Amino acid sequence: MFNLARIRGGVHPDAHKDRSSALTIGSVPLPPRLYLPLRQHAGAEALPLVKVGDRVLKGQLIASSPSEMSAPIHAPSSGTVVEIGPILAPHPSGLTVNGIVIDTDGEDRWIELDVPGNPFEESPLVLAERVAQAGIVGMGGAIFPAAVKLKQGTRHEIKTVLVNGSECEPFLTCDDRIMRERAEAIVDGARLIQHILRAYRVVIGIEDNKPEAIAAMRAASEPYGAIEVEAVPALYPMGSAKQLIQAVTGREVPAEARSTSVGALVHNVGTVYAIQQALRHGRPLISRVVTVAGGCVSNPRNLEVLIGTPAQALFDACGGFSREPAGVLLGGPMMGVNLPSLQAPVIKGATGLLALAPNELRADEASPCIRCASCVDACPMGLLPLEMAARARVDDLDGAHEYGLRDCILCGCCSYVCPSHIPLVQYFQYAMGQQDERRQGARKADHIKQLTEARATRLAEEEAAKAAAKAAKAAKAKAAKPVAAPSNEVES
Amino acid sequence: MSTMGLVSGPFAHDRSSVNRIMLQVCLALLPATLFGLYLFGWPAINLWLLTCASAVLTEALCLRWLGQPQRRLLDGSALLTGWLLALSLPPWAPWWIGVGGSVFAIGIGKQIYGGIGQNLFNPAMLARVALLIAFPLQMTTWALPHALGSAAAPGFVEGLAITFGGAIPDGTTGATALGGLKTELTLGHTAEQILAGNFQLIPALLGSTAGSLGETSELLLLLGGLWLLLRRIIHWEIPVSMLVSVVLLGAIAHQINPDRYPGGLYHLASGGLLLGALFIATDPVTSPVSRAGRLIFGIGCGVLVYVIRTWGSFPEAVAFAVLFMNALSPLIDRYWRPRAYGRTSSGKPLAIGRQTSQVKQEG
Amino acid sequence: MLMATLALATMGLLLGGGLGVAARKFAVTDDNPLLKEVEALMPGSQCGQCGFPGCAGAAAALVEGNASVTCCPPGGVALAEKLAALLGVTLDAGQMSAPQMASIDSAQCTGCTRCYRACPTDAIVGASGQIHVVMQSACTGCAKCQDACPEDCISLAAQGPTLDTWRWAKPQAA
Repeated sequence: MFNLARIRGGVHPDAHKDRSSALTIGSVPLPPRLYLPLRQHAGAEALPLVKVGDRVLKGQLIASSPSEMSAPIHAPSSGTVVEIGPILAPHPSGLTVNGIVIDTDGEDRWIELDVPGNPFEESPLVLAERVAQAGIVGMGGAIFPAAVKLKQGTRHEIKTVLVNGSECEPFLTCDDRIMRERAEAIVDGARLIQHILRAYRVVIGIEDNKPEAIAAMRAASEPYGAIEVEAVPALYPMGSAKQLIQAVTGREVPAEARSTSVGALVHNVGTVYAIQQALRHGRPLISRVVTVAGGCVSNPRNLEVLIGTPAQALFDACGGFSREPAGVLLGGPMMGVNLPSLQAPVIKGATGLLALAPNELRADEASPCIRCASCVDACPMGLLPLEMAARARVDDLDGAHEYGLRDCILCGCCSYVCPSHIPLVQYFQYAMGQQDERRQGARKADHIKQLTEARATRLAEEEAAKAAAKAAKAAKAKAAKPVAAPSNEVES
Repeated sequence: MSTMGLVSGPFAHDRSSVNRIMLQVCLALLPATLFGLYLFGWPAINLWLLTCASAVLTEALCLRWLGQPQRRLLDGSALLTGWLLALSLPPWAPWWIGVGGSVFAIGIGKQIYGGIGQNLFNPAMLARVALLIAFPLQMTTWALPHALGSAAAPGFVEGLAITFGGAIPDGTTGATALGGLKTELTLGHTAEQILAGNFQLIPALLGSTAGSLGETSELLLLLGGLWLLLRRIIHWEIPVSMLVSVVLLGAIAHQINPDRYPGGLYHLASGGLLLGALFIATDPVTSPVSRAGRLIFGIGCGVLVYVIRTWGSFPEAVAFAVLFMNALSPLIDRYWRPRAYGRTSSGKPLAIGRQTSQVKQEG
Repeated sequence: MLMATLALATMGLLLGGGLGVAARKFAVTDDNPLLKEVEALMPGSQCGQCGFPGCAGAAAALVEGNASVTCCPPGGVALAEKLAALLGVTLDAGQMSAPQMASIDSAQCTGCTRCYRACPTDAIVGASGQIHVVMQSACTGCAKCQDACPEDCISLAAQGPTLDTWRWAKPQAA
């Protein structure tokens, strides 16, 4: 697959990974309060199963998923439910999200776990359902319910399961550390996924700037022939599913189709680990590894954190800020978002918390586009970012769509290289938001139209029923008083 | 807590800037420029300084009138435009050619279109063509090389007289290789005879010949261009396709009729071809953005250069060719787009095909 | 000279006559077909927020050019865009007012049912003697319930953004 496998475009941002990848995964003291948004996944909001005042145990199911495209939520520690309602969302808007707040009691007492038998003897659908019940979502940041992907194996032939250990975002090292420290569990998880999907082979793709992780994974996968560890070139956005599939299998996922259409399925290493924990030990997803890094963090490192822990507690566990950060991000500097407050909680999809110094942030004001085509060269999707942004700027949404917005993965390579410092990605975010709004508006208009028509027919029926009732009454009256009838008729 | 406004990522940047790009292009022009200034002496130095300064001044005035932020001046694009224009002028041209050209380039060629990034045509070439048509005499009076410090070279005061007084001494001018060829061919001489008289490859490549201020030394221009290629400031497609098509056409025509057509290397070594291919046709604003588009653009420029040089009425054609292809750039951009990931080159999704089969639903 | 004048005059007569015939023959006698298209696009809730008598009235005004394409708040930007495309006008999305939504103050509601009978889109649910609730997915902000409420407990307000409706703003122009 010589030339096909070459990824187009991409950029090589400074890695900034040395400091946090040098230390083992640490822990955070149990925070007094945990804030659990009811939506930490793609899909519908989970439904709370507890009331304010209820005592909960670690690992207890506290919110269930209303549909397949959703994920349940479990209590990350034992304690008391003190609030159910809007809490600050870890979202750049600073808006609230419905959530459950738990006062921890310090005992961290587990609920009795239902430890399953040998998962290799179970049917794939049972295992997938177990993953669904464990509340596992894509932990590389995609937050797509993992079980939905696992159930694809019954519908499509999956040739290759790709375990995504490329971790191309600067600063982030959580996948690197987890691969170095928990290689056996990840390989076990990968074998379980292979069993669920009935895949022919498993490829663990790791960027070649992580030699230790590659060595650890190679050692752990040695006994299993179907599992290969492949070093992929360090290039942002190698961690994007489409690019990784291309790098490993040499195939492009057709536009508007899923990876299953080329017989591949991608899971992040963090997700694979969580799946292994659920299937081997019955543990739901209540914690994750988060990278805390950036020029303003005293001791950058990776931390195993309970879901719902406020960001402040993570920074405190890393020795606090060495100086006031110019920006605090959730996720990496390429695709992460501005965190509105240090009180916002860690969610299932949080890969990192970065406190960045001014020199680590872009600051320059935008100037006009000089059509240098750097963005075209950098775009891993082969799009024309400059044309898309120019159209989004004048609200030509259809034009932007046609020039590539439909295929844009928002990786940010274009903005990263733009010498005019044009916020290209924000133009795309804006245009996509406007498209969403149009769609939502159109849906609502249709809904209202249906309701109006239904009401009109209902009113007409009621009217008809009333008239019929009146007529029947009149007929009855006529029958009762036959003498008066003729005069009535004359009168009317 | 956070001092940032509500902005979307990415928050990282590769630290490139327009200003840095422009200055690096100027830097790449420096060797050829210094050589040109040395070769043509004080009048050339005066002209170069005047042209650059008036370009920057015009830009400043335009920004002020149009209410644009003055810091745009720092992007260096006006300086570069002036610089390129100066390099394409006859070295002993009078002051008003340089100043007028700069005002035209910045005012009409760039700011009228809406400033940086909006112009359809390369401003420097637009000005050069306008000058050539309006003032053919001044624009085709070519000083012979009078290197600084040599006996025949004009001194500082004489230089001022040439630039500001138009007092070009007799016997100091001559024809360029291209101009000479054109004239002599009409007199019935064969190309080989003519070239034997007025053209030698090595001096032409080194640049010690009559010609525009900065166009004579092909080797130094190539040096700067290669550096820009290495810095990834220009793409290889336009220079390579443009030069290859000129040389190829020249070689083919030479094979067919050596009496009428000089060879490919002659074209490569004369006129503003190298400057045009490396520094002018590669102007990002006025060239296509996709690789295929750039190849087409370069080939178009090359073919036009050859056609106009050979059969047109002007001996030199780079400016005309580039301007013509500039006009086609939007069209090229529209029809030659890169193929998107997961799509065919016509924009349809790739066929899902039989790469994977549906598995029957089992329990 | 005479020949030229005659030739031109003949040509003028012939062509003018042709145009006249064509105008008669291909005249659009039917009611404005545009009107029907516009009417089909309108929500049909007859809410009257546009200031015209019902959706048909608004459609007529739109076709005649007496109403702005942004006149229909329930239709939102989506409708305004379709109308703008159909009528060949340019749309300034900034003119759209934010959609209003009704909400019932449950402390004051007596459950009189008048509001839900007034609602043209059945967006209010409740039963006699029970507190009524507005379903935001169906509310067009027409204010008919507000007029119908004897307790004056219905208020209309633009909805603040939620995580589902929050959008990235357009970057400041460069």
